[in-house]
Amino acid sequence: MASLISDIEPPTSTTSDLVRRKKRSSASSAASSRSSASSVSGEIHARWRSEKQQRIYSAKLFQALQQVRLNSSASTSSSPTAQKRGKAVREAADRALAVSARGRTLWSRAILANRIKLKFRKQRRPRATVAIPAMTTVVSSSSNRSRKRRVSVLRLNKKSIPDVNRKVRVLGRLVPGCGKQSVPVILEEATDYIQALEMQVRAMNSLVQLLSSYGSAPPPI
Amino acid sequence: MSNRRSRQSSSAPRISDDQMIDLVTKLRQILPEIGQRRRSDKVSASKVLQETCNYIRNLNREVNNLSERLSQLLESVDEDSPEAAVIRSLLM
Repeated sequence: MASLISDIEPPTSTTSDLVRRKKRSSASSAASSRSSASSVSGEIHARWRSEKQQRIYSAKLFQALQQVRLNSSASTSSSPTAQKRGKAVREAADRALAVSARGRTLWSRAILANRIKLKFRKQRRPRATVAIPAMTTVVSSSSNRSRKRRVSVLRLNKKSIPDVNRKVRVLGRLVPGCGKQSVPVILEEATDYIQALEMQVRAMNSLVQLLSSYGSAPPPI
Repeated sequence: MSNRRSRQSSSAPRISDDQMIDLVTKLRQILPEIGQRRRSDKVSASKVLQETCNYIRNLNREVNNLSERLSQLLESVDEDSPEAAVIRSLLM
């Protein structure tokens, strides 16, 4: 047992260096690249790039992944497909990410809410469509943009929506929980979501390197 | 359809052009390619949004790939509890 631990010592130094180096390099590169950015965006970027945030997330991620492993080994003796395992890992990572957002963003709340919904197998009730004719008749005088939107909705024709609006809608569908939000909300959520995803990628990358370096280390005889 | 209700609610607080420009600028700074190149150059909002969608899709794909790799690696690390303990001590 002691020999095992002593054998692990050299890898730990290198891999911990790797992890620390990765965190430091990402933080410093973030600092250098964002130094030219405005102060407001600097704050936003700092949130997902701080070392502390990364450490919190990596810890949560690892705990979540442990849970996944325990669940998978406990429930099924037969090997689940690689896709299912990968999906479970992805969901655990998303959950950990959403929790580290501390409930301040829409997408994080949507991720956590979705999980609860799936657990209880709730069906999403379709929204009432009865009120719509009344709404469209009420709005008569408005700006071009809103009139175009309403007209296009009536015709269900996406071509008459201005290009930007259409792309914002597509973006809203990509970000969890923002499918039906207003344009500024979608853009704001998207900026946060992208940075969170980047951090997720960085954390998972370093985890993969950690684990693969351990896997390749020869076992002590 | 629910789109109409959202349209109704989203047009009520009408977004100003400045606000839109501000948000798109912030978004653009995050994007890897467009944001760093020629900051003085004006990039259309439509292009920024397109790049954003592509970038999010790429990130999602990357996360999915990494999840699969991680799941495979986790299977292999399964038995060695001292390694798991060491990894945990590294991350905390």
